[in-house]
Amino acid sequence: MSGTAIPADAPLLQIRDLTLAFETWRGPVEVLHGISLSIRRGEKVALVGQSGSGKSVTARIVVDQMRRQRGARIGGHVRFDGLDLLGLKERTARALRGTAVSMVFQDPTSALNPVFTIAAQFREVLRRAEPTLTAEQARGRAAEALSHVLIHDADRVLDSYPFQLSGGMNQRVLIAMAMANHPRLLVADEPGTALDVTVQDRTLKLMAALTEEQHTAVLMISHNLGVVREFADRVYVIYHGRIVEHARTADLFADPRHPYTRALLLAVPKISGGGLPTGLLEASGDFQAPAVIHPGCEEPPLDIGVAA
Amino acid sequence: MGPSLLTSLIRRLWMSLLVLIGVSMLIFCIARVIPGDPARIALGPNATQEQVDLLRERLHLNDPLPVQYAEFVKESLQGDLGMSLYTNRPVVTDIGDFLPATLELVLFAGILMVAIGVPLGVLAARYRDGWVDNLVRLLSLAGVVTPTFVWAVFLMLGFAFFLEWFPVAGRLSEGVPPPPGITGLYTLDALLTGRFATFADAVTHIVLPATALAMTGIGQTARLTRASVAQAYDTPYVHMAEAYGYPEGRIASRYALRPAMIPTLTILGLDFAAMLGNAFLVEAVFAWPGLARYGVQAILHKDLNAIVGTVLVISAFFLIVNILVDLTVAWLNPRIRLENRRAAG
Amino acid sequence: MIAAVFNSRGWYKFRRNPLSMVGLFLVALVVLMAVLAPLVAPYPQHAGAFVDFVNASQPPSWSNPFGTDLVGRDVLSRVIFGYQISLMLGVVVLGIAVPIGVGLGLAAGYFGGVVDYVIMRVVDVFLSIPPLVLAMAIMGFLEPTLTNGMMAVAAMWWPWYARLAYNMARSESREGYVLAAEVIGASTPHILIREILPNCLPAVFTKITLDLGFVILIASSLSFLGLGVQPPTPDLGSMVAEGARYLPDNWWMAVFPALAILVAVLGFNLLGDGLRDVMDTDR
Repeated sequence: MSGTAIPADAPLLQIRDLTLAFETWRGPVEVLHGISLSIRRGEKVALVGQSGSGKSVTARIVVDQMRRQRGARIGGHVRFDGLDLLGLKERTARALRGTAVSMVFQDPTSALNPVFTIAAQFREVLRRAEPTLTAEQARGRAAEALSHVLIHDADRVLDSYPFQLSGGMNQRVLIAMAMANHPRLLVADEPGTALDVTVQDRTLKLMAALTEEQHTAVLMISHNLGVVREFADRVYVIYHGRIVEHARTADLFADPRHPYTRALLLAVPKISGGGLPTGLLEASGDFQAPAVIHPGCEEPPLDIGVAA
Repeated sequence: MGPSLLTSLIRRLWMSLLVLIGVSMLIFCIARVIPGDPARIALGPNATQEQVDLLRERLHLNDPLPVQYAEFVKESLQGDLGMSLYTNRPVVTDIGDFLPATLELVLFAGILMVAIGVPLGVLAARYRDGWVDNLVRLLSLAGVVTPTFVWAVFLMLGFAFFLEWFPVAGRLSEGVPPPPGITGLYTLDALLTGRFATFADAVTHIVLPATALAMTGIGQTARLTRASVAQAYDTPYVHMAEAYGYPEGRIASRYALRPAMIPTLTILGLDFAAMLGNAFLVEAVFAWPGLARYGVQAILHKDLNAIVGTVLVISAFFLIVNILVDLTVAWLNPRIRLENRRAAG
Repeated sequence: MIAAVFNSRGWYKFRRNPLSMVGLFLVALVVLMAVLAPLVAPYPQHAGAFVDFVNASQPPSWSNPFGTDLVGRDVLSRVIFGYQISLMLGVVVLGIAVPIGVGLGLAAGYFGGVVDYVIMRVVDVFLSIPPLVLAMAIMGFLEPTLTNGMMAVAAMWWPWYARLAYNMARSESREGYVLAAEVIGASTPHILIREILPNCLPAVFTKITLDLGFVILIASSLSFLGLGVQPPTPDLGSMVAEGARYLPDNWWMAVFPALAILVAVLGFNLLGDGLRDVMDTDR
């Protein structure tokens, strides 16, 4: 495969046998036991598991935030668009973030800096892609980006501080920022979990529409299978640092095979897609059962990489 | 500065005025109520009764206390703090002569405190448990437990006598004439009038005393900055700045430090103001001709008016610094700024 | 009772922090030297007005490890007796300042209203004068003696305890047990002394330990300026001041007393920090 152009359906993000361990005074503690995951261009993939399953650290490895963590040891491969993310120099990796890879955070209000206006923060984001942008140009571009997330009084929002806006409004601002530089990959860590159910539902629909329009791939992190049902094309279920089931979304809901997936489905609150699960799942020996990979969901061969 | 800041400034000024009145009453009470005849104490045991009576008359000591206080306030408001019994000059003139030297010293120390303490704190937070972090721990402990005069003595011994890097005492070398008095701060005046040799001389003289004065504050500042920046590094908004790939220096200075400075500043202001008290000790060691030395002389000579005047001026400075700090905090923190605007509108 | 302390969880926690143990060791050292000064000082008679010009201004040696001063007195002996003065000063100052401060603070916090307003504004006034300056101003009108020095330092210290007790009384008076005592008709002094005060004591004692060091620091600063204890009393601050006049030749006269102050303040500081950590985590 090497030497030829990257095929159109080659994975944009490919994680293979990813391991993560923390050095502690009692010796290393394994957090990820070799997970594999891939996302094609424009595809929406969800990684679902409970807190502590390793889903959030996976997202943080993708946006390169674990490298500086004291005592963290990362193994395996993470490839993004032909680049070896784990092997990149910190500078090069940094250049990808905010431009090619972007992120939406869980609690929008605290993810925005409290002492700067939205306009100032938006400007910073836009300048990641175009460092020469003037304040005025940036403001125009920000207003345009905000209109894509259905914010029409852009001037008021841009002149506000995060604490003056509602959580739903901040969430939309965050999505607009994340999409402003047309990233190839959007990492969404439990988007809107801090918001109420209807607002969360609305922001997810907005995010789905925007990413489809821009053909942006999404890695969505969630603890709630109900939330990802309408959003994701494919779902990986993660339990204790291992992928336990991988299927197209429709297949997973029609035929959940792994005991852990079934238990997780039962924990989805009945009302709608939002909120926290009603109770933590009792650990069960059944959950250690081998991973179930549904037909057609086999991991593609590792893209050895073409010089970028 | 919008109407919001103006109203909060006025409110602060009013509160500070009340405190200043309280301070003047307190000092006045101490001066008058404490056992012993101030006139007799000032003149010493060898003065005749007539001399004492004369002085009592001059100081209005025979009037009832409230009358004395009213008289004192009236005169103070007219800028008259009475005559110094020791120098025989108006206290206001004396203070005008000695204050600039102290201000220069305290300003230099304040600049050192911020310029060294804040970056150290940020570095310690950025590289937690690294060597800078340990240095900050050691510095803050050393700063807290070492009296300012001990710093002064040690620095003088080490850098003035042993290494001979800096002069031992005074504001200028012998034979160097002071620059024309525009502000009274020799370094600034020398710069303003383009006398660079004088400027260099003044700077070498102020380095050691200012460092001695700043040592307590540097450790405290570094520790506080470290704590609040470390906290800021754990916030979602700094994580977001990292996820968006902003340059590391920009994250440290803009995203982590700025919100973190808000709680730190208030305490910095207190530290800075406390330097006024500690300036007394440093000026004594380095023969620095400032207000503190004037105050000590006044105390040793039981110079009533001079003591009251010195304490009032220092307390006023203390209050002004705190007002400035509050205003800076309000300016840095949009939440307060906007609340004030709402209250004003 | 001592056995109970040594077997408690708090002691276990305290012991695990090496810095706290260093603090305890230094404080024990300082206290022992102060108490046993006449026994451990090599030349007890040098504590007062003693003159031996033959041995004046000698650098450190085996017979005088810290050297001798201008009139031939052993600096080490004077430092040991200096600890006696410093400790006594600290204890007396806090012995005056703490009851006054805590009493006024509790009253202000519990009664509220006019009492609160008046007391706390007075506290504000005291706290808006830089600490050392207030003590100096008071000394300005008094004769520089040990007693007056202690009064001056106590006058600048009580407002901190008033503020501490005030805040605690404010929060405690809303607690259930205080409300219950009020309902059953307990008298005001009873509520203040038997119900609220005991809950403030751990915080107050921790602060006292920390403050002992700082009182020693401030008091030595005062006497360094010549506004406290007068010679020939062996006071650490005035010893540094005297030595500083003969720098750099007689460096030992300033350096050793200065280090002695440092050791004492460091000891109380580490001990106080250790105690605070134990108290905080117990809650």
